[in-house]
Amino acid sequence: MENNLEIVSRPHARNLIEWAKDKPRVVVLSADLTSSCEVDTFRDTYPERFFSMGMAEQNMLGFAAGLAREGFFPYIHTFAVFITRRPFDQLAMSIAYPNLPVRFIGFLPGITTPGGVTHQAIDDIALMRIVPNMTVLEVGDATEVESVLDVAQKSNGPVYVRMLRGEVPRLFPKSEPLQWNHARVLSKGNDVAILSSGICTEEALRATNALAARGVSIQHLHVSTHKPFTDPQILDALDATRHGTITMENHLLTGGLGSATAELIAEHGIGKKLFRIGLRDTYAHGASRAYLMKKYQLDALSLVRAVENLTRENFGLTEEDLAQVRLTEMHSAAKAEAL
Amino acid sequence: MSAMPFLSQHETRTVAQKIRRRVLDSVIRNNGGYLSQACSSAEILATLYTRVMNLGPSLAPMIPLPFPGVPSAQNQNFFNGSLYNGAHEPHLDRFFFSPAHYALVLYATLIEVGRMDAQGLEQFNQDGSTVEMIGAEHSPGMETTTGSLAQCLSQAGGVALARKLKKETGRVWVFMSDGELQEGQTWEAFAALAFYKLDNVGVYMDVNAHQCDGLMSDVMSVEPIRARLESFGASVLEVDGHDINALTYPSTLEHPNKPLVVIARTDPARGIEILRTRAPKYHYVRFQDEQEREQYREWFEEMK
Repeated sequence: MENNLEIVSRPHARNLIEWAKDKPRVVVLSADLTSSCEVDTFRDTYPERFFSMGMAEQNMLGFAAGLAREGFFPYIHTFAVFITRRPFDQLAMSIAYPNLPVRFIGFLPGITTPGGVTHQAIDDIALMRIVPNMTVLEVGDATEVESVLDVAQKSNGPVYVRMLRGEVPRLFPKSEPLQWNHARVLSKGNDVAILSSGICTEEALRATNALAARGVSIQHLHVSTHKPFTDPQILDALDATRHGTITMENHLLTGGLGSATAELIAEHGIGKKLFRIGLRDTYAHGASRAYLMKKYQLDALSLVRAVENLTRENFGLTEEDLAQVRLTEMHSAAKAEAL
Repeated sequence: MSAMPFLSQHETRTVAQKIRRRVLDSVIRNNGGYLSQACSSAEILATLYTRVMNLGPSLAPMIPLPFPGVPSAQNQNFFNGSLYNGAHEPHLDRFFFSPAHYALVLYATLIEVGRMDAQGLEQFNQDGSTVEMIGAEHSPGMETTTGSLAQCLSQAGGVALARKLKKETGRVWVFMSDGELQEGQTWEAFAALAFYKLDNVGVYMDVNAHQCDGLMSDVMSVEPIRARLESFGASVLEVDGHDINALTYPSTLEHPNKPLVVIARTDPARGIEILRTRAPKYHYVRFQDEQEREQYREWFEEMK
């Protein structure tokens, strides 16, 4: 598949250096995954603000708590699984209970890694959503990678960031940074509402472009704040859709975007159908991202099938049709209309 | 009140005995509690508060305030139990209390050193109170939430690292229990304290050799503690945990580039001999019947 999108190499690595330049109280803690989490350049640029904690996440979180109590802003960098699973008790008791401003930068969300079940964070959003005081953010492109730190830093409590590394496409213009608790409206319509997050948004765009060409009217929102989940735009979309809503996430169906959406629908008595795309109560395994997205039905074709299911129409779209879609940078539809 | 001047050995021993007695009184009145912990740690805590730590005067009310709600972005009323240990000033020491179930011993200590009113203990384990059975960071004398054991040393390590970065001269004292050596996090923490040369950290460890299930040597041995800690890069002294002078001495020593650990070997029934009938199940005392409670009352009267 070819796109007309800019591919940014290691956006976090470059952005963090620049961003932290005038923030002397920002410190980075790493648990032996320094290059893997793109903080090797931070280490080399600001060695006095970089702390190697070894493969010892429980202790790393305790140290972060102590540093935060003393006025520092610890940015913990490791794989998401090693933040949200192994040291969960430390995260809850040492950091979240006292509402300390520790930032957890978690890499390798869901099936983005061939590292297999041990390295694939398929449950991190769920685990972080249930932690009181925690803010939960997820980036979907290079622009969000470059702007999420500003949003995280505004919180006076703990923040979990589901981060992307390596070659990251720029889906959204640089001039439209990630905004706290404010979804991006990527298209407006009222047949179907689609809420997508993280890497699923790029995949969803492939389907929504093709579906729009078939005359389907879609309200497509890209969600980057999982908690709080009180963006009125989301509620409006859930309410206004004719056939129902589809959520699409690189995560288990339980506890993530789909669950949060179901809670909203139920609590507000919205009598519309919800179809959730995500991992269905299963672990994944080590393989390529493209293979896994297809195998676990997180791909564009699965979204087309979900729209067909809701609308009871058949659009005759094939994998080849979707592969032909050329994505370009997505300006916020809401903003475009406001202008 | 002003900070308490350093006390003589005799005076500190008296403080320790009063701590033990006050805890026994509370346990009798509440028909149960963590009594053995007072037996083993009374001299350690008395020594820390009257001969080791350089703390400012308490900033907290003598009668503890009610629970202010949990910390959150919305709750501006939250206060920290470390107010009882004085101001956070660059030159002053800080105190971190790891085995949160020893809270009653800490409250009794605060009373005996004049940082809390005896009336405050009336709120112990009462609904809506901060004087909780297993304290947390709103409880008198506690700065962090450590009831999930072995999380305190890492947090204190982070504070110690921050204080080094800020070039503060005050020290960071940690009181912990030997059972916490069974948790992997403790060893992660000791590795990091040595790696970052945090010689502003001093750990007093109540090694009473008992835990919830009984003798540590039956549950999961952590010996030889001294050799293990030394091999992790700590400067270690092993002392009689009921000897005031022996407990004080390590705090006067230089231990450049290394954290200090004082292994205080203690007796879980010290000063309350009738407790020995419960060996090795010392962890929590719940009286079998009124007759047993009466025996402890008689012992309490004799402690006067």
